[in-house]
Amino acid sequence: MVGGAVLTVGKDQLVRFEQAILPHLDAAYNLARWLTRNDHDAQDMVQEACLRAFKFFDGFHGVDARAWLLTIVRNTCYTWLEQNRRGQAMTSFDEEIHTVEEDALNPSALALKSDDREMLKQSLEQLPAEFREVIVLRDLEELSYKQIAEVINVPLGTVMSRLARARARLKGILCSRLKEKP
Amino acid sequence: MDCTNAQTLLDGYLDGELDPVRNLEIEEHLHGCTRCSLSYSDRQVIRRGLKTESLYFKAPADLQKRIQRSVRQAAKAEAPAGWLSWPWLRFAAPLAAAALVVLMLVPIFGGPSSDELLTQDVVASHIRSLMVNHLADVRSTDEHTVKPWFNGKLDFSPPVSDLAKQGFPLVGGRLDYLNNRPVAALVYQRDKHVINVFVWPADNSGQTGGPIKTLQGYHVIRWASSGMNFWVVSDLEQNQLAKFTDLLKASATTSPS
Repeated sequence: MVGGAVLTVGKDQLVRFEQAILPHLDAAYNLARWLTRNDHDAQDMVQEACLRAFKFFDGFHGVDARAWLLTIVRNTCYTWLEQNRRGQAMTSFDEEIHTVEEDALNPSALALKSDDREMLKQSLEQLPAEFREVIVLRDLEELSYKQIAEVINVPLGTVMSRLARARARLKGILCSRLKEKP
Repeated sequence: MDCTNAQTLLDGYLDGELDPVRNLEIEEHLHGCTRCSLSYSDRQVIRRGLKTESLYFKAPADLQKRIQRSVRQAAKAEAPAGWLSWPWLRFAAPLAAAALVVLMLVPIFGGPSSDELLTQDVVASHIRSLMVNHLADVRSTDEHTVKPWFNGKLDFSPPVSDLAKQGFPLVGGRLDYLNNRPVAALVYQRDKHVINVFVWPADNSGQTGGPIKTLQGYHVIRWASSGMNFWVVSDLEQNQLAKFTDLLKASATTSPS
């Protein structure tokens, strides 16, 4: 009975996929939410990424399903970001332009209070996506440098230098916001 | 260790990603240097803030159901493809399909052969890669970056060689889907012309070499060697594309990979 065979094969694949991928939906959503900066698009990105992941699931032989899914989520989000940037001036990311060294020169004995969540969130959202994502992947998702290198597709050494610049930038934004605060 | 060195390693230290020797060196430096240790405590403050201020967005409750629904729908639509993974059907189905196409469609309707359909698919993939701003998943002119990128994403390893010296620089690589399977797409450039090279393992269903074809202004050249199918597509002028193809064939047979 061929019809029965079709269902069994399909079902087996589906179960394997759901077992591997669904536990990482929070991680997928968190990254998409930070990259798109809104809930609605983040949900769409995760759905689209999961469909892509399902389509290419045959090709997934690794063990790290979370990093694999995050890679697809990230690619999906970047395609979306590029389409949404159209019409505006394309701001292409240049590691060197974004170098900020004041941090090294001006340590500030930074202090954050418990009601600073909104300020932290806005400051992080203000960073370029390429900086935002490394902080999200490291400090919120707690991925290792090796996993981050895989997800954002750069050499291991670049992960550390980009994190350094991203954190310096974030600190710069926080400092100026704290100064404005009454 | 001086301050410049310490500053570049501070994040690795904070994240516990340094080797023990470097860790000790940094710790020694932080003991003696107020500026760097302030800078380090700033980083700690920010990280603690990020972790404790619940900035982690959890997926909304209904998102999982929504995704399960859409994946199940996709699975239903793809069921015939899953069918092909049955061992005996894998061999029988392409033969049967080819026989059907040859016996029925061509003489009666003059319709497209499976080969022509694949040619159309290849050209469509090429056009799509130019349209939706999704030329490469991995952008690199380095063959040693592009080739390993496919590890774990495909069940084969495509031969990748940079032909920049010969005037056809490698731009990157991408996953694509052709002939009912994920395939490697390698992207090359000649002046303003983009060249897509699709690669997947050759099976028993034919599709070896063939004459150069032109469809919608795009030239398509294909061949099979060392167990792989190669399909090259571009709007590049025909002779130049043929030259590119020769270079690629030569490098694929000489490179150790």
